[in-house]
Amino acid sequence: MQALDELIAHVPTFAGLTGEQRKLIAGCGQNEHVAAGSMLFSEGEPANTFYLVRRGLVALEVHAPGRGPLRIETLEAGEVIGWSWLFEPYRWQLDARALEPCDVIAFDAACLRGKTEEDHELGYQLMARFAANLVDRLQATRFQLLDVYGNTEVPA
Amino acid sequence: MATLKSQPESELLGPMVPEPFVLRSKRQETEDTWTLELVSAARERGIAFAPGQFTMIEAGGAGEVPISISGDPSDTETLTQTIRAVGLATAAICNAQPGQLLGIRGPFGNSWPVQRLEGLDVVVAAGGIGLAPLRPAILALLANRERYGRLVLLYGARTPGQMLFVEELHEWHNRGFEVHTTVDSAGPEWLGHVGVVTRLIGRADLDSGFAGLTCGPEIMMRLTALALADFGIEGERLYVSTERNMQCGIGHCGHCQLGPWLLCRDGPVFDWQTIAHWLQLREV
Repeated sequence: MQALDELIAHVPTFAGLTGEQRKLIAGCGQNEHVAAGSMLFSEGEPANTFYLVRRGLVALEVHAPGRGPLRIETLEAGEVIGWSWLFEPYRWQLDARALEPCDVIAFDAACLRGKTEEDHELGYQLMARFAANLVDRLQATRFQLLDVYGNTEVPA
Repeated sequence: MATLKSQPESELLGPMVPEPFVLRSKRQETEDTWTLELVSAARERGIAFAPGQFTMIEAGGAGEVPISISGDPSDTETLTQTIRAVGLATAAICNAQPGQLLGIRGPFGNSWPVQRLEGLDVVVAAGGIGLAPLRPAILALLANRERYGRLVLLYGARTPGQMLFVEELHEWHNRGFEVHTTVDSAGPEWLGHVGVVTRLIGRADLDSGFAGLTCGPEIMMRLTALALADFGIEGERLYVSTERNMQCGIGHCGHCQLGPWLLCRDGPVFDWQTIAHWLQLREV
């Protein structure tokens, strides 16, 4: 079985880290299986864990009264779920639901925050990668908000 | 109709003279979008076109609009057009009934460079109804599947119910296209991707060996071009289909001018290197 530090070496978010840094991160992770329909986390809960999807599809949702779950985005293999674990008050803002059977690596957020406090270079590298991830997702959300396929579209 | 058929073809086919086509059948794609199959009422033969070309089409005197051809370029008997009802003219076309005559001019414009892409991997990125002008290119690529490397389709729509050619997406996949779809929003019954079409680019394992074809709302094409450039797919290897206020279709009236280009004549397909500056210039 492939070690976790080797598995994450192929994930864009962790690309370019040293072997030592990957080992430190992998030391806070463990493999988990999530059944289809199960929640990885729910809005308002403490953000104690974040996830790397290895297989399957996960949806980020907001529950709206009377409208049910509104799906914001989906994430697939190779993508990281969650950044609320990085910033106080460490609380999830969305729900994360497995749309199909998923294999994930679950990372203990407190463990990793502790390691980054001790190793600021690791902290910088992680923060830079998650910031890039945040920017990508923010840009995509702005694009999504434009509703470019709505009725203002020029007909083809 | 008998009168029209008895006239010499050359008199009927001037580029400014609409030719009568009979609506043979129509299929509802989404709540407001229909695919129409038309056959010429005046010519024995149908209509030859290249992928990416458009016609000027009108129904019931409600006005003429430019619509890309969405049919199979190997089928010259049938003119297939996919139209979204967003105004009077397009609503009149969508409301036409089988047997009704519609006026067609064209086909006009240039085409997707499908033959020039032979030997390459090709990514097709479509947004919303932008899949319709790309469908002839997709069918042309599949007709000569062995001449291309990887074929990848990235398709984004507003909702699952607004996706075009849903059954064909499966067929294209079975014939050798890697098909990735996403929608901007969806209810809990949708088990596919949610998010904008550019999010699919990073998931498709693309590289600089690809050439790209993209069509959709202009904002979508600009953002797609930026995202594809991150993977080295840019410049003369990326093609977009442009649209402005096309009216005459033959480069005479000037309504569709964009910088030095008359899009109906010089386009609608341009390589990104040629047209990017003009699409990003806010004053034109």
